[in-house]
Amino acid sequence: MSADVELDDVSVRFGPFLAVDRASLKIAGGEFFSILGPSGCGKTTLLRTISGFLQPSQGRVRIGGRDMAGLGANKRPTALIFQNLALFPLMTVADNVGYGLRVRGVARAERRRRVDALLQLVALPDQGGSLVSELSGGQKQRVAIARALAVEPQVLLLDEPLSALDLRLRQHMRSELRAIQKRVGITFIYITHDQGEALTMSDRIAVMNRGVIEQVGPGRAVYDDPATAFVASFVGENNCFEGTVVETGDGHAVVETGVGRLSGRRRNGLAVGDRALVFVRPEALRLVSDDAPAPIACELSSSAFEGNATHLFARARQGQPIVVTLSRRDEAGAMAPGQKLGLDYAAHDGLVLPANGHGAD
Amino acid sequence: MTGLRGVLFVGLPVAVILGFWLLARWEYRHGRDSHRQSFVARNGWPVVAFVVAAVGFWALVMIVLPQLYMVDFSFHPKLPPSQRGGPRDVYTLENYRYFLFGSTRSTASWNVTHITAFWLTIAVSMCITVLNFVICYPLAYFMAQVGTGSQVRKLMLLLIIPYWVNELLRAFAFNILFGTSGVLNVILLCTGVIASPIDFIGQDIALYSGLTYAYLLVMMFPLYNALESLDHNQIEAARDLGAPWWHVHLHVVMPFAKPGIASGCTLVFMLCAGALAAPLVLGGPKTLWFTPIVYDRFYQAFNWNQGAAYAIVLLLTCILFVMMVMRVFRVSLSEITR
Ligand SMILES: Nc1ncnc2c1ncn2[C@@H]1O[C@H](COP(=O)(O)OP(=O)(O)O)[C@@H](O)[C@H]1O
Ligand SMILES: [Mg+2]
Repeated sequence: MSADVELDDVSVRFGPFLAVDRASLKIAGGEFFSILGPSGCGKTTLLRTISGFLQPSQGRVRIGGRDMAGLGANKRPTALIFQNLALFPLMTVADNVGYGLRVRGVARAERRRRVDALLQLVALPDQGGSLVSELSGGQKQRVAIARALAVEPQVLLLDEPLSALDLRLRQHMRSELRAIQKRVGITFIYITHDQGEALTMSDRIAVMNRGVIEQVGPGRAVYDDPATAFVASFVGENNCFEGTVVETGDGHAVVETGVGRLSGRRRNGLAVGDRALVFVRPEALRLVSDDAPAPIACELSSSAFEGNATHLFARARQGQPIVVTLSRRDEAGAMAPGQKLGLDYAAHDGLVLPANGHGAD
Repeated sequence: MTGLRGVLFVGLPVAVILGFWLLARWEYRHGRDSHRQSFVARNGWPVVAFVVAAVGFWALVMIVLPQLYMVDFSFHPKLPPSQRGGPRDVYTLENYRYFLFGSTRSTASWNVTHITAFWLTIAVSMCITVLNFVICYPLAYFMAQVGTGSQVRKLMLLLIIPYWVNELLRAFAFNILFGTSGVLNVILLCTGVIASPIDFIGQDIALYSGLTYAYLLVMMFPLYNALESLDHNQIEAARDLGAPWWHVHLHVVMPFAKPGIASGCTLVFMLCAGALAAPLVLGGPKTLWFTPIVYDRFYQAFNWNQGAAYAIVLLLTCILFVMMVMRVFRVSLSEITR
């Protein structure tokens, strides 16, 4: 059974330090929800508040509609997978997985049956008798997942569980986690500082910065339509040009920047004369032929061929760095460093956001 | 004589330090790569010779030889110096016989006093060990897992400073504290809790409290060390899986701290069973404790052979007892020293 999780204006303080600042979220039952943010932004703190290790200084946490105030971690329908897994080193894999059942007084035979089923689920069927220290990183990961699922939580909380694994294993575990979530059907709240993880696995993502949730939405929406300058630069690569708004129109704005006049979609609240940032994704930029007029002129510094794409690293006037990603089809043959480039983009691919780092609304 | 002692106690350490300093200089000048070399190649044969000799000397002369002497002693009869090594100086069990039967020859009746004192010492030491554990575990857990840095430092100071006072002085202080007109009785009398003073010393309460207090730190530090290395996330993981506090301690914390618990308990038990100052100072006239009896064999009866036998009985019983308990709790010797 899955449950929805609702954070209502939750703040968490450590003395004078505000680690989570008035976070409000509604996570639906059965959703794979990610919280994405840089290290130290308060993700773990938020997760520990949901799991009951921390009490919010303000606001409410509701799980399945029930107010969790005053309920300790052992009384909540959640299970947490720790950043360092925190497996019990002196117990066997089966004892680790069965710990929650033992606490609940489940009889030995029944416990064994359920542990076996769980080990099957996480693809470790024959490892029940081994010690945790004998397992590889990926296997430990699976044991931690099985141990948490054993208590049949309604919400599974995962604190950067893949960060200790190497790249290949990490990518494999992403799809595996997603598959497990589909199979057990409970709510997953997944914390990560890796936008690739968040984008590939989640139904929805909350982007967090310095304790504040800046945007919530499906991965595509967060990527295509970032609400704040922080989200625009943190989620995916982005080129950023700073300047002053010189013209506003219906849903768009023109900004006078260091490299020239650039236009893009405008979020409400920007007026002529405001400081603003124009964001253009590397893959939205295209090369224009030498004679045509180009809004952005720059000089190539280096390029990196990556098989399906090529990245160009260039510098515009005032040393402004620009990254261009060309797909195989758009590739313009061999280019030498020092070569002059003209760049353009479709108007709706530019995004104008207020420069103060937060949405003006 | 003073000259020789001066050479031994001042000259020797200075010479050793000087030797090490010269070696370090020598090695520095030769700029050796100290990686991937055997101990000898890395440190040079003089250091190796010194280490081997020092450790060997320590183990043999300081530990093994005196004990062997004691064992040998215990199997000989008490004789005036003139007859030692003579025809009457034979191997005998009479000292052990005396412990059991109160006579060097007859085995008609048991030596009830000594045997009772012996088992009482073992039993009480065991109780004190358990009591010490009960007192120290929560404190050590708090210091290792819960308290903040400054709290832990303050607690640590409060624990350590009283131990700067030497054992004998502490025992006498306890004597004053628990005496018939001592602080404790005065307070209890004044507050009207009791009508007439309690004989804490005669009832052995003073002794048992003194012994408990004397070895708190010996329990504290191994426990603290073991608990300190436990990842706090494991406690939280157990909590998160629904475990109540007692379950977390019984099945996660204590198994992890088992080596520390075992080394703390064995140390306290051994030290307690062998304690001398506290029983001498805090014991009442009817107190039964084994070490004063052993002490009396040596210095009251002037029977070193019997004293040796008594001491060895105590030592062996303690060792056996500890081994047994370790067996029951499935702790290996190597774990204790971890
Ligand atoms: N127990 C605590 N006491 C004081 N400050 C803390 C505590 N836990 C976390 N913090 C602070 O709160 C901020 C957020 O921490 P955390 O939630 O662990 O970040 P994240 O998991 O996103 O890396 C950090 O600046 C951290 O220093
Ligand atoms: Mg974290």
